[in-house]
Amino acid sequence: MKKIASALTLVAALVSAAAIVSCSTSSSDSDVIKIGVFEPLTGANGAGGADEVDGIKLANKLFPKVLGKTVQLVVVDNKSDKVEAANAATVLVQKEKVKAVIGSWGSSLSMSGGPIFAEAKVPAVAVSATNPNVTKGNEYYFRVCFLDPFQGTVNAAYAFNTLKAKKVAIIREVSNDYSVGLAKFFVDGFVKLSGDPASIVATSDYNTGDQDFSAQLTNIKQFNPDVIFAPGNYTESALIIKQARALGMTAQFLGGDTWDFNAFLEIGGAAVEGATFSTFFANDVPINKTSETFLKAFREEYKKEPAAVAALGYDAYMVIMDAITRANSADSQKIRDALTQTKNFEGSAGSITINAERNADKDAVFKTVKGGKFVFLTTVKP
Amino acid sequence: MDFQTFLQQFVNALSLGSLYALIAIGYTMVYGILRLINFAHGDIFMVGGYLAFYGVSTFLMPWWLAVIVAIALTTIFGVGLERVAYRPLRDSPRISIMISAIGASFLLENLAIVLFDARPKAFHVPEFFATNFILGGVHIASVSLVIPVVTAVILAVLLWVVHSTRVGMAMRAVSTDIEAARLMAIDVDRIVSITFAIGSALAAIGGIMYALKYPRLEPLMGIMPGLKCFIAAVIGGIGSIGGAVLGGLLLGIIELMTVAFLPELTGYKDAFAFVLLIVVLLVKPTGLLGKNQGEKV
Repeated sequence: MKKIASALTLVAALVSAAAIVSCSTSSSDSDVIKIGVFEPLTGANGAGGADEVDGIKLANKLFPKVLGKTVQLVVVDNKSDKVEAANAATVLVQKEKVKAVIGSWGSSLSMSGGPIFAEAKVPAVAVSATNPNVTKGNEYYFRVCFLDPFQGTVNAAYAFNTLKAKKVAIIREVSNDYSVGLAKFFVDGFVKLSGDPASIVATSDYNTGDQDFSAQLTNIKQFNPDVIFAPGNYTESALIIKQARALGMTAQFLGGDTWDFNAFLEIGGAAVEGATFSTFFANDVPINKTSETFLKAFREEYKKEPAAVAALGYDAYMVIMDAITRANSADSQKIRDALTQTKNFEGSAGSITINAERNADKDAVFKTVKGGKFVFLTTVKP
Repeated sequence: MDFQTFLQQFVNALSLGSLYALIAIGYTMVYGILRLINFAHGDIFMVGGYLAFYGVSTFLMPWWLAVIVAIALTTIFGVGLERVAYRPLRDSPRISIMISAIGASFLLENLAIVLFDARPKAFHVPEFFATNFILGGVHIASVSLVIPVVTAVILAVLLWVVHSTRVGMAMRAVSTDIEAARLMAIDVDRIVSITFAIGSALAAIGGIMYALKYPRLEPLMGIMPGLKCFIAAVIGGIGSIGGAVLGGLLLGIIELMTVAFLPELTGYKDAFAFVLLIVVLLVKPTGLLGKNQGEKV
């Protein structure tokens, strides 16, 4: 009995010693503010995540300090997988004890991390997750991009008014909340304009990572649509358009912000010529002073053109820095409260005002592929 | 569905099925001789695709040379993998080699992420493979014609090698009984190396054909085709080369015809491959063309 008691005391002593050690390490870290970067670096969304990280790292390089402390980015890979995303989020809040989180590319991945950030009361700023459910009901999730109801509606208006489409087919990436959501908002918007539910002639699904779409496309071909709305991952989308052209389909392809990657052009090649989509930011038309600064710094740093999401990644970092400055504290709860007050913050991809639903009201930009490049078409206000 | 659409779907299915068949042959080859399911087959397939990509883009080779070099390097790579990961376990329980194969698979995938970058790369498709034919309203990409031809040629060559050459005889002997083969003065290690060389060359050809059809390379590109073609090999009767071709074609046709006839279920396309696997395993565990060889002890 005595032995057990002494063993217990020993254990208790060890535990308290460990606690002291961990306390002292955390206090020596006090001149560092850790910000988590929650992005897919591998898997189907690897390129999107990497582009966002480029923008975030650039912002960190240009503005490495806030409140006299160094900002340290902790990058975790959520592997384009909902389960891995939850693990990565847990690592950020529990092991790394970050003060705020930036990310993720992809709504499904953000939604996977959302409850974990909320429970740990760590604010997260989504970069390009456009599905409404990312911030809905989650007091700790914010975003710096527009939402899919808006994006779906402007695409529907573009298809109906500008492209004069009568018959539209939909191709959805069925395992992706973003794609399914955006397709729904597009259909709602288009049917409202055309007044005829039969104007949506076909809906087809595929899974993330699929390579062969010939069967789905052959099905759609029978209906001879004017426009095919295919919101989804850029690599799959590029292959879809390529295979559609190989099947002799001439319909106009329309998509969302996820197409805005160089990989879309590389994989699609000549087939994606004329493909049109809505996105956040156009490189060829800087919106404001911050866009100019960002574009210049990005081109110098990486020797390439930034993707739209790189600009948003940059903005997400800057918005958090702004919140920390205004809160005058690196406490997670205070950062969160300051984020809700963000007003007319000049981001590189347009002015950011965080509304009551923790979303940003932003303009949409339409781009098309011309001569193997993305070309700015028009801006649509909310 | 009109007849022309049906024909188009059938052409699509044959094109996908013959690609599956091509990759499944490699699986079945290694299994037939060694009773080893080489889980890294899909990753060797990926390596083949990337090597061809770098041959063209970094070393500026003409595409045919890049293809030959990629196949050769992948073959050496596969043989090396066998030497490092499988040979030391030759006399261990079969489960150990299988686990080692899974380990090799993960190693290759993650190594590829580090070396090649996770961002997808666009595979350069030569003009010859990118042209389209229109036959009675049915669109056929030339690569869809090339793949069945390649598959048929490989099938013929392999059947000849296995059934009509001394090496093939030795392979069949090793397949039947390694110990007895050794007693008959067959150099088992050499035969195993040759088997892996053939298997890896087939994986490389499969990877390159796959990349010509779907010009997107990424480090994890081998996983799904690897699984599907493993299923194809099992359906046809794993170990049987003809069975692999049959299984591959069947899988491709079932997958695409599901989408063609039940468009509401397109999201479950992959699930049908796995349902088919379960049904075949329940009804005819040896596969369609497999022979029941009994469990070897």
